[in-house]
Amino acid sequence: MVAALRYLGRVGLGFFQRLGRANLLLLAILPGLPPLFLRFSLVVRQLYSVGVLSLLIILVSGVFVGMVLGLQGYNTLVDFGAEESLGVVVALSLVRELGPVVTALLFAGRAGSALTAEIGLMKATEQLSAMEMMAVDPIRRVLAPRFMAGFLAMPLLAAIFSTVGVMGGWFVGVGLLGVDDGSYWSQMQAKVDLYDDVWNGVIKSIMFGAVVTWIAIFEGYDAVPTSEGVSRATTRTVVHSALAVLGLDFVLTALMFGG
Amino acid sequence: MTSRTTEIWVGLFVAAGLAALFMLAMKVSNLNTYQTGPTYEVTARFEDVSGLKERSPVTMAGVRIGRVKRIEFDDQALQAVVTLAIDKRHNRLPRDTSASIYTAGLLGEKYVALEAGGEEESLKNGDEIRLTQDSMVLEKLIAKFIAKFLQDKTQ
Repeated sequence: MVAALRYLGRVGLGFFQRLGRANLLLLAILPGLPPLFLRFSLVVRQLYSVGVLSLLIILVSGVFVGMVLGLQGYNTLVDFGAEESLGVVVALSLVRELGPVVTALLFAGRAGSALTAEIGLMKATEQLSAMEMMAVDPIRRVLAPRFMAGFLAMPLLAAIFSTVGVMGGWFVGVGLLGVDDGSYWSQMQAKVDLYDDVWNGVIKSIMFGAVVTWIAIFEGYDAVPTSEGVSRATTRTVVHSALAVLGLDFVLTALMFGG
Repeated sequence: MTSRTTEIWVGLFVAAGLAALFMLAMKVSNLNTYQTGPTYEVTARFEDVSGLKERSPVTMAGVRIGRVKRIEFDDQALQAVVTLAIDKRHNRLPRDTSASIYTAGLLGEKYVALEAGGEEESLKNGDEIRLTQDSMVLEKLIAKFIAKFLQDKTQ
């Protein structure tokens, strides 16, 4: 009994200690962001690895998610004779929910895990300590550019995902199932609001980008510097990012569309 | 990977992302309905505006010429006051134009339809449309229909 309580206490303390360290790390990274505008090449290199290299998976999943939405939406809507509203169904679900959320999950798997592994290995091979010896602050030189790149890349990736998804839905709905081309686009434009839907989706994706990158960087920086520690940290990045994204999505949706 | 190729790829990526955002704004959402030129405002009073929203379309002869700007409640008259923002280009609507709230389709969204009157003088900024017809509420209609049906039956 006492042992169980003690275990619970240890788990709880460990959780709050990690949360505290993660917050301290974020506070240390934030002042490192503005000077990056003077050395933007550091960010560009990171944008390449988190943004450009994630493009393929984003494009492919975007097309298929859009095509599935087109098929499923058509099958449901055709019963009510409302298949003209297919564009609205596809665009709203993509722009509001699936675009930001699925992109964030893929981003955590594709870019977040890579970030953790890279930073964790840098720590394990003592590259970060070597930088400190040379009076280079690894938080500013290594972590801040990666954080900024993740934060910038996510909204762009989510926008690409949604756009490609709308095209995929269009291809299935208009191209294969015979929904009218004009009503697909005009109904979409009538029902999708720039501020309520598109802009809130962009805000969501920015928040998700920040959270996923934060988790990835923290897990890498906080990893036990052994090969097992790095592999555990990488797993934790993906799991915790996915949980954080889904939980945060509920909170943001309730704030944006609930009231 | 040389830094030059990296930079080109990142440039392409950012351009594609911005293009996607632009497409979402222009082609998917209703941005073009926000871009109205200069407008003038007229008000109309209704007993019932249920279903009408801000930014609902205002049409004449089926063509959209403006949108609903504000919906307020007048405590004194116990009526809804709807402010319509109408495109400046259409400034020759007669003074006795009437406004009705219709539904697009059976269950579609509500809009304000204007019907031209016959007067020479035209509506100006701040004028009020006198002739109005309320929003049709399906429940009220059904209630009326059932009441009539029962009445006929008892006779």
